[in-house]
Amino acid sequence: MKIIKSLLICALLFGTSLSYAQNTKNKIPAVDVKKMDGSKFNTGEIKNDGPIIINFWATWCSPCKRELNNIAEMYEDWVDETGVKLVAMSIDDTRNFAKVAPYVNGKGWEYDVYIDPNGDFKRALGVNNVPHTFLVDNKGNIVWQHNSYSEGDEYELYELVKKLAAGESIE
Amino acid sequence: MKNISLTKLAIGLTISIFSISNINAQSVDQILSNGEVRGNFQLDMQYYQEDSLIGAQDVPEKILSNGFLNLVYTNGPFSMGVRYESYLNALLGFPDGYKGNGLTYRFASFQKKRLSVTVGNFYEQFGNGLIFRTYEERGLGYDNMMDGVRVKYSLARGLTVTGVTGVQRIFFEYGEGIVRGLDVELSLNEAINGFSESKTRIILGASGISKYQADQDSRYVLPENVGAGAGRINLTHGYFNVNAEYAYKANDPSADNGYIYKPGEALFVQTSYSRKGFGLVLAAKRNDNMSFRSDRTADQQNLLINYLPALTKQHTYNLLATLYPYAVQLNGEVAYQADLIYKFDKGSLLGGKYGMDIQVNYATANNLDTTHLNDELTKRQGYESKWFEVGEVYFKDFNTQLTKKFSKKVKGRFTYANLVYNKDVIEGKPGEPTVYANIGIADVTYKFNMRNSLRTEAQVLFTEQDQGDWATLLLEYSYSPHWFFALMDQYNYGNEDSKKQIHYYNASIGYNNGGNRITMSYGRQRAGIFCVGGVCRVVPASSGLYLSITSSF
Repeated sequence: MKIIKSLLICALLFGTSLSYAQNTKNKIPAVDVKKMDGSKFNTGEIKNDGPIIINFWATWCSPCKRELNNIAEMYEDWVDETGVKLVAMSIDDTRNFAKVAPYVNGKGWEYDVYIDPNGDFKRALGVNNVPHTFLVDNKGNIVWQHNSYSEGDEYELYELVKKLAAGESIE
Repeated sequence: MKNISLTKLAIGLTISIFSISNINAQSVDQILSNGEVRGNFQLDMQYYQEDSLIGAQDVPEKILSNGFLNLVYTNGPFSMGVRYESYLNALLGFPDGYKGNGLTYRFASFQKKRLSVTVGNFYEQFGNGLIFRTYEERGLGYDNMMDGVRVKYSLARGLTVTGVTGVQRIFFEYGEGIVRGLDVELSLNEAINGFSESKTRIILGASGISKYQADQDSRYVLPENVGAGAGRINLTHGYFNVNAEYAYKANDPSADNGYIYKPGEALFVQTSYSRKGFGLVLAAKRNDNMSFRSDRTADQQNLLINYLPALTKQHTYNLLATLYPYAVQLNGEVAYQADLIYKFDKGSLLGGKYGMDIQVNYATANNLDTTHLNDELTKRQGYESKWFEVGEVYFKDFNTQLTKKFSKKVKGRFTYANLVYNKDVIEGKPGEPTVYANIGIADVTYKFNMRNSLRTEAQVLFTEQDQGDWATLLLEYSYSPHWFFALMDQYNYGNEDSKKQIHYYNASIGYNNGGNRITMSYGRQRAGIFCVGGVCRVVPASSGLYLSITSSF
């Protein structure tokens, strides 16, 4: 009974919120993560005049690295054409934290890279597993997401980025 | 009783929020419309078939499932969330303690200026986690979250203090020990004027944890309060970084260490140097009697307060990752790792038209060099260990990887690894011989066009020990952006027992759209060890149909 009661209360609260929340889009949650040098960074500061791609990855995740390496080959053109910014959010913990910067630099990535070792940002965005990609419009609204990566997915992503950059809706 | 009064409190709070006189209906609307709901859902189900050939046991329930739903509500500085978990009954390989359904996670938090407060369940880590880290790995069934209070306060620019107090989760309950802790972190570049633009960046940290558990032991007089402390530094200068932490734990007799009164120690150092096209990491770790749990009688992965990471490469290819992975030895180990990445430029001799990457990694883990003290009836210190000597080999891994794009359509990644695996210690199977294995993997992707591609993995593992040689072939066809199909066969062709030269075939199909993903597979699953972050779960062989649904919203 107790559990049912608590569940009902929760459902009520969330239900009310949900019906209101649907009117507006979710924004990027403001959570403390780390820069590659170990200093603090608040995700509320992720801003861009154009679209933003937030990509969750890890140094031990093969499809994540394939995706980000494939995008890296075209990233310069993407930025020139659409003003997009890619935020690569690593979920590596203590075991691999020190490998992030050497990997990123070794591969020559031009992304904004942060690390979420405690999983706070991951939880705040409801990410199950990596790779997980979010697309954010220039008003800071999260408008699209995608879980996993298959070869070629970057083309669909870029089509959406171009639409956003042109001010079109991607519903 | 407790829950009912909480419910009343929640109703009361909700009513009072809505009835505060000077908020009219319109601003209530406004407040609510700022609210955001997020979450995720996962369901894994398996239909089990008995398969005596591979040793897959009969599952009386036939169908087992694990599932959870997370909901987080945020509105400006307020946030609250719940998680419902369901194990009916838990999938094979999950700890037995996961049985039934329930709300396992609920929290509320707010932020006011420099203060941030969380009550209920939370995940937190101090520094590298050597004395405190609570986290979850749902796929492993690992979750040692706190239930209590966390307060963070930013005392001054660059100076943050975090305090925690609580009990820890064990399956659907909480452990009896109470954990209290304090962490102070100081970023010198932020705190000191004129240092903010310096090329040298320094972060200092210090933390302490104390646990309480009543002594009800009839054999020994046990410390009811056990303290641990740690200090750390993170220094970055241009391309160079060093991150070091030392931890000390007062005497903490437990089931892990055989109830000895020796204090524990750990040292963890990681250094890296990287610039465009080159990266090098050197790391070292020594932990001695540093198992730290909020219940001294707990075992396996239960009620751990701290986190001692494995300093070995986290592999992903099937044969390399799940046959002989290393698991951290909590009672003591000395580990080293070197990791190098180098990029041959486009147009260079080795780089060719598209460039080429090489990665080289070497990792070792050894026992401490210890001398038994034979003082069980006096001081019970147990043993002495020498700081700069190592004992028996636990694990060695030399591996190298070449990544190259051959043309617009073809690219490949080639891996070689040489492993030494002390099965006796790592799997706790006395008398099992150490495994020496050589592994080769070719991973080639052929891209037909923008949407269609085929990825092939061919893997071989050669060893004279254990189950002998293995070969794996994987074909993965993807039709971007929504579909993938995969076929895999693992063949234990080198098993000495010809009856065990078995094919483990498996076919899978996956669909994903937006934040939803559905995967189905049918076939045999080899017994294996699945690890994340050096924490491992042994999964028995099984056969049948598997369905997984995940969603994020």
